[in-house]
Amino acid sequence: MEGLNAAFSALSDPTRRAILVRLAMGEETVMELAKPFEMTQPAVSRHLKVLEEAGLIARRVDGTRRPCRLAEPGIAAIDQWLGMLRQALAKNYDRLDKVLEGMNSEKEKR
Amino acid sequence: MSKMTLTTEGDRYVIVTRHFNASPEAVYQAHTEPELIQKWLLGPEGWTMPVCINEARPGGRFRYEWSNGKGGDFYITGEILELEANRRIVHVERMHLPDATPDNHVETKFVADGAGTLMMMRMTLPDGETRKQMLSTGMEHGMEASYARLDSMS
Repeated sequence: MEGLNAAFSALSDPTRRAILVRLAMGEETVMELAKPFEMTQPAVSRHLKVLEEAGLIARRVDGTRRPCRLAEPGIAAIDQWLGMLRQALAKNYDRLDKVLEGMNSEKEKR
Repeated sequence: MSKMTLTTEGDRYVIVTRHFNASPEAVYQAHTEPELIQKWLLGPEGWTMPVCINEARPGGRFRYEWSNGKGGDFYITGEILELEANRRIVHVERMHLPDATPDNHVETKFVADGAGTLMMMRMTLPDGETRKQMLSTGMEHGMEASYARLDSMS
């Protein structure tokens, strides 16, 4: 897992996003993954390498095959950071609601 | 009360929207006046902002210092790039942990929405190293406190 930056650069490419969508349906080999794209297997392999280094996919050895699947921790790391941000901001804005309420009643008193 | 939305735009930005039951003037004021900012821009429970300096003008600087009373202190410095009263704030900020994180470019807009205001904020997504620092410094302590409270409630 190279971190959020690597994960997001990996996600910035449409082919890699399409590969992830495909893998969301289950494990696939490089050959299977290359089929829908007008791309050679080595080209697909290069995309898979980027996704693997970003911690977004994992591969296992099965004889001569190296099937790929989604790696939960990579996706989860992004979610974790966004989740933390979401929670901190939600708390801030709930407090801001009260501050605004207070400002409003101040105005009415005048 | 309307809920907050938080989405990513491509691989570079986070977009946050939130409705408030107050005029754009009031929401803008609460984003620019230090004595109001200090009351809400605190992140997780348990943090206070003992120092809040905000020069609300284009080219103005700001400095927010947070403390959790347990040595988890950190601060943010920034500059205001553009300011349209009651409508829009564009600023750049970085956290000091104590080394400065890469600049976070933030645009905040306030638009009348019924009797209230729709706030839209677009911020830069931090890189992996910054994210790690942020998780391990400020916010994590507060999160632990929140979880502890949650545990004691169950």
